[in-house]
Amino acid sequence: MTTATKETVQSTVSTSLKKQLEMVDRRDGKLALAYIYIAFIAVLLGGIAGLLQVLVRAGTLQLPSFLNYYQVLTVHGVLLGLVLTTFFIMGFQTAAVSRTSGTFTNKQRTIGWIGFWIATIGLVAAAAMILTNEASVLYTFYAPLQAHWVFYLGLALVIVGSWFTGLAQIMRFVQWKKEHKGQSTPLLSFMVVVNNFLWYVATLGVAIEVLFQLIPWSMGLVERVDVLLSRTLFWYFGHALVYFWLLPAYMIWYTIIPKIIGGKVFSDALAKLTFMLFLILSVPVGIHHQYTEPGIDPLWKFIQAVLTFFVVVPSLMTAFSMFATFELRGRELGAKGVFGWFKKLPWNDSRFLLPFIGMVAFIPGGAGGIVNASYQMNELIHNTIWVTGHFHLTVASAVALTFFGTAFWLIPHLNGRTLTKRANSMANCAGILWAIGMTIMSSAMHIAGLLGAPRRSDYSTYGGSEQAAEWLSYQIAQAVGGSILFIAILVITGLVIYVGFFAPKGEEDFPIAEVAPGAAKTPAAIENFKLWGVIMIAVIIFAYTIPIIDIISNSPLGAKGFRLW
Amino acid sequence: MHIHKYEKWWLIFGTGTLIVFLIVLGVSAFHGGTHPNNSKWTINYEKVDEIAPFNNPGIHKVEGKDWDYEVVLVAQAFAYTPMELEIPVGSKVRFIATTKDVIHGFEVAGTNINMMLEPGYVSEKITTVDKVGEYTIVCNEYCGTGHTLMYSTLKVVDPNDNSN
Repeated sequence: MTTATKETVQSTVSTSLKKQLEMVDRRDGKLALAYIYIAFIAVLLGGIAGLLQVLVRAGTLQLPSFLNYYQVLTVHGVLLGLVLTTFFIMGFQTAAVSRTSGTFTNKQRTIGWIGFWIATIGLVAAAAMILTNEASVLYTFYAPLQAHWVFYLGLALVIVGSWFTGLAQIMRFVQWKKEHKGQSTPLLSFMVVVNNFLWYVATLGVAIEVLFQLIPWSMGLVERVDVLLSRTLFWYFGHALVYFWLLPAYMIWYTIIPKIIGGKVFSDALAKLTFMLFLILSVPVGIHHQYTEPGIDPLWKFIQAVLTFFVVVPSLMTAFSMFATFELRGRELGAKGVFGWFKKLPWNDSRFLLPFIGMVAFIPGGAGGIVNASYQMNELIHNTIWVTGHFHLTVASAVALTFFGTAFWLIPHLNGRTLTKRANSMANCAGILWAIGMTIMSSAMHIAGLLGAPRRSDYSTYGGSEQAAEWLSYQIAQAVGGSILFIAILVITGLVIYVGFFAPKGEEDFPIAEVAPGAAKTPAAIENFKLWGVIMIAVIIFAYTIPIIDIISNSPLGAKGFRLW
Repeated sequence: MHIHKYEKWWLIFGTGTLIVFLIVLGVSAFHGGTHPNNSKWTINYEKVDEIAPFNNPGIHKVEGKDWDYEVVLVAQAFAYTPMELEIPVGSKVRFIATTKDVIHGFEVAGTNINMMLEPGYVSEKITTVDKVGEYTIVCNEYCGTGHTLMYSTLKVVDPNDNSN
C-alpha cells in the first residue's frame, strides 16, 4: 500500500470513528430522553395553567367551582419552576457528559436511572396532592400554610432523584479525568459538574427545611414551626435555584452556539472561571429575597445585597464572550464595519435563533434584577407583579427558549431522527411568537407592578379601588401576551412530538465548539474544585452563620399549621 | 491566563460602576436610614388582641417622638383592622403591623411602604406621607383563598382643603 492510500484509509476510518464518538450512546440517550419528555409534558400542562391564570386575572374567565385559582397557580409554579427545569437539565446534562466525556459505564447509567425513577415517583406523589387540592401552597410553600406531608415528601424526592443522576454525571467526569491526567477537562462536562456542585450545596437548605421542619410538622409529630427559619432555609436554596436553571443555558451559549454559527469557544479559561464565580456567588445571597421581612438584621441584609451584586462580574464576562464570538465569526465571513457581523449570523437556524432571542431577553431581565436586588428599590416592587414580569424574562425566556431551541435538535440526535427544514421553520415561528407574547405580557407585568399590582393574586377589584381599576387594563394586556405564549407552547409541544416520534430517521449533529487554536492552556487553579469548594463554603458560612443564630435565638412562639384554601 | 484588552476595559468599567452603585446604596441605607423593614420586635401571635399596641388598632397622634402618628394595624385571614386610615399630608408616620395567623403582606400600592407580616413578628416602617391621595393597601403575599379580599385604604388628606 502506498503512503497516500494508507493515509486515505486511515482518514476514512478516523472520520467514521469521529462521527461515532460525536454521537451520544443510545443507552445514555434513553435516560436523557426520559427526562426531557417529562419536562415537555410539564411545559404543556404548566402552560395550560398559565393561560387560565392570565384569563382569570383579566376578568374574562371564572374557574369552575372544582378548581381554585391558587391550585392552578401551584400547578404552574411547580411544573414550570421545578419540573420543566430540573427534568430538562438532568436530561440535557446526561447527554452533554456522555457526548463530551464519553459513554457512561453500566453502573453510572444505573445510578442515573435510579435517580430518574425516584424523581418521577416524587413528582407523581406531589402532583396527586396538588390535584386533590391538598397542597395549594404554591411552590415556595410558605409555612404556616400547611400542605399534606406527601406533597413535601414528593418534592423532596424530585430533588433526591436529581442528586443521583447528577452523581452519575460527576462519576463519568471523574473517570475522564483519571484517564486523561494533566489535560484540560472538556468544557461542557466541566460546566455540568460545577452546576451539580451548586445544586448539592443549594438543595441542602430546602432539604433541611422539608425533612426537619415541614414533614414532621405536617405529619403532626411536632405542633409548631419556626416560620422565619423555614423561609430563610428556603431562600438559601431559592436563589441558587435560579442559577441552577441559568447555568445550563450558559453551557449552551458557551459551548454549543459557537459551533452552530461556525465559530470557536472564545476562551476556555474565562468560561470555566465564569462558572466557578457563579458557584461561589450562588448561595450566600438568598436573603435578598427577604429584604422586607422582620427579624433579620439590616447589616446582614446589606452584606448579602453586596454579594448578590457581584454576580455582575461573571455576567459581564458572559455577555462579552457571546458578542465576541458572534463578531469574530461575522468578520471571518467577511463582515465590514462596526455592526456588519450582525447580518452574518444564521438567523434561519432555530438552534441559534431561539437561544439568541433568549439572550436578548436576558438584557432587560438582568436590568430588572438589579432593581430587585437593590436594597431600597426592592421595597417598591417586592411581591408585586413586576417580579413575575422579571422572571418571565429570565427563566421563562432566556432559559426556556434556550432549552426549547436545544431540545428540537437534541431529541432527534438522541433517538436517531433529524430536525427537518420545515420543523426548523416551525421552531423559528414558535420562537418569534414567544418573543411577541412575552414582550407584551412581561412589559404589562412590569408596569402594573410599578403601579402596585400584587403578584400571586386572583382577580379582584379591591372594593372598587381606583388603583385596582388602573391595573386591570394591564391585566388584559397580560392575557393577550399570555394567549400568544400559549399558542407558542402548542407549536412547541407539536414539534417535540414530531421530532420525538415522527421525523425522518437520520443523524442529527450534537454540535460542540472547539477552543480557538493557539489559545493558552487553562490554568490548573481554575479547574481546582477543592480550592473553589473551600471558598464557596467559607462565603456561605460567613454570610449565613450570624443571621441564622440570630433568627433561632430571637425566635418567637412557633406557628401552628393553617389550611386556608 | 489571557484576557483580551477590550474585555479588561469592559470588566474594569463594569466593576467600577458596580462599586459606585453599591456605595450609593450603602450610604443611603446606613447614613440616610433608608432601610426596609427590619424590626426585631417579637410577639405571641395567638394573643395579638391582648397585647399593646395591637389591642387598640388605628391611628394615634403621638407627642415627643420623632414621628407624628403611629398607625397600628392587625392583619388576619382575610382582613385588615382598621379598614380605613386617614392621615394629614406631610405627617411623619410610623406604621406598626402584625398578623394573627399566617404570613400576609402590607403594601401601600404604588409607594415604598411594603412589608412582610409574619406570625410572631411585628413589622415597622417610618416614612413621611407627602402626596395627597387615596391609596389601596393590599395583601401581596398569598395567604389562602380569600387573599385578594384583603385590603384597606390609606387616605392622605390636605387638612386645609375644604373642597371635599
